[in-house]
Amino acid sequence: MLREWRRMSNTRGASVVFDGVQKSYDGENLVVKNLNLDIAQGEFLTMLGPSGSGKTTCLMMLAGFEPATHGEIYLNGNPINNVPPHKRGIGMVFQNYALFPHMSVAENLAFPLKVRGMGKSESEDRIKRALEMVELGEFGSRRPAQLSGGQQQRVAVARALVFDPELVLMDEPLGALDKQLREQMQYEIKHIHDNLGVTVVYVTHDQTEALTMSDRVAVFNDGIIQQLSPPDVLYESPDNSFVAQFIGENNKLAGSVVEINKDICTVKLDDGTLVKADPVNVHNVGDRTSVSLRPERIEVAPDNSPNNLVDGKIEEMIYLGDHIRVRMNVAGNNEFIVKVRNRRDKRPISAGDVVKVGWDAADAKALDEAV
Amino acid sequence: MSSSETLSVEEQLAAGQSDDGIVRAADGTPLKARLAKALRREKLRSFLMISPLLLFIVFSFLLPIGDMLFRSVENQIVQNTLPTVVEELERWDPASGELPDEETFAALAKDLKVAVEERIHTRLGSRLNYEESGFSGLFRTTGRAVKKMESGPYKAQFIEADKDWGELRTWVILDSFKAPYTSGYFLSAVDAENTAEGVQMKPENERIYLQLFMRTLWMSLAITFMCLLLGYPVAYLLAQLPARTSNLLMILVLLPFWTSLLVRTSAWKVLLQGQGVINDILVWIGIVDDASRLVLINNQLGTIIAMTHILLPFMILPLYSVMKTISPSYVRAAKSMGANDWTAFWKVYFPQSVPGIGAGAILVFILAIGYYITPALVGGTSGIFISNRIAFHISTSLNWGLAAALGAILLVLVLLLFYIYDKIVGIDNVKLG
Repeated sequence: MLREWRRMSNTRGASVVFDGVQKSYDGENLVVKNLNLDIAQGEFLTMLGPSGSGKTTCLMMLAGFEPATHGEIYLNGNPINNVPPHKRGIGMVFQNYALFPHMSVAENLAFPLKVRGMGKSESEDRIKRALEMVELGEFGSRRPAQLSGGQQQRVAVARALVFDPELVLMDEPLGALDKQLREQMQYEIKHIHDNLGVTVVYVTHDQTEALTMSDRVAVFNDGIIQQLSPPDVLYESPDNSFVAQFIGENNKLAGSVVEINKDICTVKLDDGTLVKADPVNVHNVGDRTSVSLRPERIEVAPDNSPNNLVDGKIEEMIYLGDHIRVRMNVAGNNEFIVKVRNRRDKRPISAGDVVKVGWDAADAKALDEAV
Repeated sequence: MSSSETLSVEEQLAAGQSDDGIVRAADGTPLKARLAKALRREKLRSFLMISPLLLFIVFSFLLPIGDMLFRSVENQIVQNTLPTVVEELERWDPASGELPDEETFAALAKDLKVAVEERIHTRLGSRLNYEESGFSGLFRTTGRAVKKMESGPYKAQFIEADKDWGELRTWVILDSFKAPYTSGYFLSAVDAENTAEGVQMKPENERIYLQLFMRTLWMSLAITFMCLLLGYPVAYLLAQLPARTSNLLMILVLLPFWTSLLVRTSAWKVLLQGQGVINDILVWIGIVDDASRLVLINNQLGTIIAMTHILLPFMILPLYSVMKTISPSYVRAAKSMGANDWTAFWKVYFPQSVPGIGAGAILVFILAIGYYITPALVGGTSGIFISNRIAFHISTSLNWGLAAALGAILLVLVLLLFYIYDKIVGIDNVKLG
């Protein structure tokens, strides 16, 4: 069904460029500070960040509901700052779906076609295909209020796609759904994107959602893109401690750089322990740093000898089935989390034990000092 | 059921099933009875909680209204004052064209003597005077004369005392109002009357109430429409503005509520009269000639202007509270799909604000149709409402029966309009917030 839709509608993705865009609401504070961002044709780009980080404002500027205070936005190479929203041809899925409550599902889908003056038969054909695409073929005559949250969500997606926009914006579209449905919808939206080839700009504060769906993720904080990378790079090589903190679970060890080489540095932690780390965001001896370590990259009582090996006291153990979550006190940090794989041959450990923990220097990222 | 064979009695009870199909609680009593018992205390409590208000409403609202409505058909005064005459009149046929016989006049003498003694004959006179002027005087003079009537024949003596007793019409009226209940008030209220030939419309020049009802209706509709026209943009603006600004402006909308109704209405008199502010300004600018100043008050225009102003908040408030709940993302969604500002408003925003229009319109219309003070002050003679006429009969002419009949018709009219409104708009579509 999806492929047929694509063949018949010939959708191509649009490209988007933010060029030095700034936004201020009150004339005193910048909500978006000098945003430069190239979005390629057909890309699935997610703007990820905590609330108030400026990500939704960027989306609203792209949709045309908020004017940019400074800078220019280009759609397919054309500046669109002075194009009103209804002439931009951008599909949009809203946080609470914004399905028109006084219209049936089919009337909702017919709305964008009607305002474009499309003929009745073609319009009916498109509505039918769009509803079948989201597997709601039978629901055309229902009112939005008669649908479940997940069904409303699908109608909203169908409505944003029914007029063949080259660019679709999604503003936290899955926020109101429960966990299971959210995961299912993530895959469905991803499949629709893969098959249609439209460009999608997706805003969320849920990092799992961002990692699952995106080609690239732009992590926003404080009106600035902190890092713009594919999901795996974002997780494994965070550029700074905000990104390391925001994406996935993360152990922080604070200290100062005592020795620095090209791709390895030595950090003296605050309790005196010396560890080796990858110098990502430190430049000089004496710099304060926060060493970031993913919990699954740490081994308890390692068989081989990695280049970092320290003592740790087990504070607490939580059984989670596939792994055991161990909270330890390592180098003065008693929130140090280690994920231990649940293996049959594993030597038993218990709370109160003092064990060796080790990790590879390449997995320890020496970043800027965490706030 | 097949499973009942394998279940023991205890298991059946625990599952709430039984052979007779009645769902039972664990101790065997029907579940419905059990539930009602459990809820009885709660119901009693809630009833006790509302009972003070219930009593208050019954005694201060329902009973007086019921009593008033009853007065629109009640007519026991004729029977109570002239019991024997009423009995005698049973034998008389008003269509015969002849006066009642001597026995009826004798009965009249007998009843009147008692009535004069009790000093209640003038009351009957005033009551019948509502139907035909002259009855008040007729009973006063006859009351004096009847004391001297010793013996019959009475017919001639009565006609001598007042020649109206010799008129057929006098007896027709007396005959038609002898019953303890009458439709006379309601007939008067719709400009009709009981004649010897049956129910007929009153002569053209005596009709006032039907016209007054129609005027009240169309002016109330005009006022409702004006309120909607002026109130919708204001409510829309208030709903779009940030909360701080809109709260400030909302105070301006509510300001009239803190000013006396009389002051506001009198202020309109100052503005609208011939030598008033508006006419003065128009003359000063030169739009209107000094000799032909606009007549803005003491007519229908004055009533519509003043009442639109007074009832405007009742339109704005429900509209505002409904519009406040319409998420801006609907209009944004419409625009993102290619609708221009007007289409987005008309196809998406406006239909969602209809419940507010419904609530505001019905509130303003119901208030307007029973309005009294403002039409009385600025309406002159052409701009008064039916309620002004009701007030006149209550406090000036003291014809409470007619006032009650007019009030009852107004009440039925409003209920009827409610019903039609429910059929067209749907009462579910009325939302106050």
